[in-house]
Amino acid sequence: MAFLIVQALTGLASAASLFLIASGLSIIFGVTRIVNFAHGAFTMIGAYLAYSLTERLGGAFGFWFGLFAAAVAVAAIGAATEILLLRRIYKAPELFQLLATFGVTLMVQDLVILAWGPEDLLGRRAPGFTGAVMILGQRVPAYDLFLVAAGPVVLGALWLLFNRTRWGILVRAATQDRDMVAALGVDQKWLFTSVFALGVFLAGLGGALQIPREAVSHSMDLRVIVEVFVVVVIGGLGSVPGAFLAAVIVSEINAFGILIFPKISIVVVFLVMAVVLVVRPFGLFGRPEAARRTTPGATIRPWQPLGRAGRIAVAVLVSALAAAPAFAGPYLLSVGAEILLFVVFAASLQFLMSVGGLASFGHAAYFGLGSYGAALAVKWLGAPMEAAILAGPVLAGLGGILFGWFCVRLSGVYFAMLTLAFAQIAWSIAFQWVAVTGGDNGILGVWPTAWASKPAAFYWLSLMVATVSVAALRILAFSPFGYRLRAVRDSTLRAEAIGIDRLSTQWIAFAVAGAVAGLAGALYAFLKGNVFPDALAIPTSVDGLVMVLLGGLETVSGAAIGAVAFKALSIWLMSQTDYSKLVLGAIIVVLVVFLPKGLGGLADLVRPSGTGRNDASGSSPSEAAR
Amino acid sequence: MTVVVDVDGIHKSYGGVHAVRGVSFRLAAGEMLALIGPNGAGKSTCFNMLHGQIKPDRGRITILGRDTTRLDPRRIWALGVGRTFQITATFGSMTVIENVQVALVSADAALAWRLGALGTLKRAEAERLLALVGLADQAGRPCGELAYGDLKRLELAVALSNDPKVLLMDEPTAGMAPAERIDLMRLTAEIARERGLGVLFTEHDMDVVFEHADRIMVLDRGNLIAEGSPTAVRHDPKVREVYLGGGSTFAAETEVAAPAPGGAQ
Repeated sequence: MAFLIVQALTGLASAASLFLIASGLSIIFGVTRIVNFAHGAFTMIGAYLAYSLTERLGGAFGFWFGLFAAAVAVAAIGAATEILLLRRIYKAPELFQLLATFGVTLMVQDLVILAWGPEDLLGRRAPGFTGAVMILGQRVPAYDLFLVAAGPVVLGALWLLFNRTRWGILVRAATQDRDMVAALGVDQKWLFTSVFALGVFLAGLGGALQIPREAVSHSMDLRVIVEVFVVVVIGGLGSVPGAFLAAVIVSEINAFGILIFPKISIVVVFLVMAVVLVVRPFGLFGRPEAARRTTPGATIRPWQPLGRAGRIAVAVLVSALAAAPAFAGPYLLSVGAEILLFVVFAASLQFLMSVGGLASFGHAAYFGLGSYGAALAVKWLGAPMEAAILAGPVLAGLGGILFGWFCVRLSGVYFAMLTLAFAQIAWSIAFQWVAVTGGDNGILGVWPTAWASKPAAFYWLSLMVATVSVAALRILAFSPFGYRLRAVRDSTLRAEAIGIDRLSTQWIAFAVAGAVAGLAGALYAFLKGNVFPDALAIPTSVDGLVMVLLGGLETVSGAAIGAVAFKALSIWLMSQTDYSKLVLGAIIVVLVVFLPKGLGGLADLVRPSGTGRNDASGSSPSEAAR
Repeated sequence: MTVVVDVDGIHKSYGGVHAVRGVSFRLAAGEMLALIGPNGAGKSTCFNMLHGQIKPDRGRITILGRDTTRLDPRRIWALGVGRTFQITATFGSMTVIENVQVALVSADAALAWRLGALGTLKRAEAERLLALVGLADQAGRPCGELAYGDLKRLELAVALSNDPKVLLMDEPTAGMAPAERIDLMRLTAEIARERGLGVLFTEHDMDVVFEHADRIMVLDRGNLIAEGSPTAVRHDPKVREVYLGGGSTFAAETEVAAPAPGGAQ
């Protein structure tokens, strides 16, 4: 009994930081409608700054002042980010905002290593709270008790701020209807900046308060952001009390889950989240989102299947690629095969996003399930390559059917966050279920059969799979099913009024996209000869998003070009610099801000603006991409 | 006279607000029935309940002999109910004719799951429908480029694609030029008579209502307060009160008009 109480207290102590960070994310979303992916990065900066300041200043005052100053510094960095970056993309679709803030996250990961080095740093103990308190005969760290008290204190302070100050009332008004607040003469720009600064201040403080409890590491940002996403999704985006309640729930599940299900403790939290979302799609305290902004029809040129010229161009291109083994060496061919497999992965995500309008932030789950499906078939069933390659898409398709059933019940940012969460479930299973998946050590020795083991043969196999997959997805996009899927995306109201069922249509699309991604993953396992949990991790998902974005979200298969450009660039960058994340992050940010229509959009910039829209649909230079 | 829609005492409240209280009416085949009333009278709520977007708290809706009270919009469509929306809902990324083709193909189970291109499927039929509403020459244009009035016509073509027996039109002419309004409603009335289609429509433009409705129902604060031929409704004192304001306004005006002693206002 005493043990359980102590465990509950530990949970509450962890909840404090989580609540601070999550409430910051929630406040920012409430007003600006931006889901700040960089929130975990701000938390991490807070922790690092707090470490340096407390080390430098020393003493009791130095410690507490250091924590506070770190949070203030993070707020200043956040305000600068808001002014320089976010102000430009408030009107952009949610996906772009998530991507831009992810770009910032990538940059911060490398910057932090540059500034503080790659080692984990252990902070000092909090002066005055170094010892332990005996509770029911069990030792509880005094600092934990301090945190247990700090959570409700911050909740109360936020309540006062939002209910008893003029600024807080404006913020609450803006949360309800920001256009109306603007119409009342409130300077929105600075309201948004101050809200963002407050939000990241809380993130920074949450990170700073953690340093006496756990080591500061350069990988904490993604761990934090995923946990915080779970908290705000359970509590309801935009709700501070919801964030508090959910932070407590999540922390307690973590504290007790590790006792009851040590093997799958991470999964339990995500399962709770999935259940909450199905029962209350907008979280415990959340409100339904206002109707989604409709796609501005006039900006979209109707898609056309490839004409004769286009088909000939594609045939010439594929033939030219097929001739590559004549002059390329084994390294280049294996790079080529890797790029082609990512073409398949990106094309499957584009089908989901462009045709289906479903921006998945966890598409890597299906790529990874494909890899593991193939690798497990080899390892446990002794399957030959041909059969194992089929096992990949089957497992990924089943995953798509299972996860998709939950995901298509949501839309917009909630959809994005739920897909991300499911990808994390898949990742944690691969990571924690060591007996089957090998955990962190992965599965080795997944080699192709004799006929495909030469680099040229595997390259040709990849080329064939890429050509067939992209063509098949295009055919599907122009089939009656593809039109129905697009109909649901364009206007769910009208689609339902002509007999189209949104849920089943999107569910099928989700499973199909998953299976195709799984095919790419299965071949990828054989290309590399191994599988690691990284295949399912967030960075892989985001790579896919960037490929689609780079190729052009408004195209049918521009992702193929985006995948080639992005994958070639990132392979080259890795060979050139140790700070490839910094460069990639910057590229993502620049892309979102300056080239939201992707490489295809470059053509629009070049073309004189006077050209009529009508002939653009027939003879656009980017037609090949579509 | 065949009854195609039979509404029996439907009721809907949002929290404490009773949007629709016990509304009952019938719609016959070939009839143009107008539902009018001031803003907030409950017209759209009635429409959305008929179309299955919201479910009534009480009461029963029978369409073409089937109880549709709890059915979803797509099931109601499958029975033969076409719908146009107050704010047009079309597929902005498709061409005009593709909008109609999608509707036609979705209604046909054999074509709906074909893996070939939509291309020319049901194209002739779609062209016929577009010609019917006067959009034949715009068939290949992106839907997003259409003028608002043409979008309303497109919605009508899409709504007719299932060969419906009932047409629900929520403010079919809102946002159109006066000449266009008359054209569209005349066309609708023609189609209704020719095909024996029951049409229920709401409308703010009283010229359109009195010109084209066979029968008019007046809704006020969730209650049906009058029903009958255009002439009868036009002279109904309750309707005049709802539309022109309460009797007290007239009374006050009369008092002001009377010579006031000492010039006091």
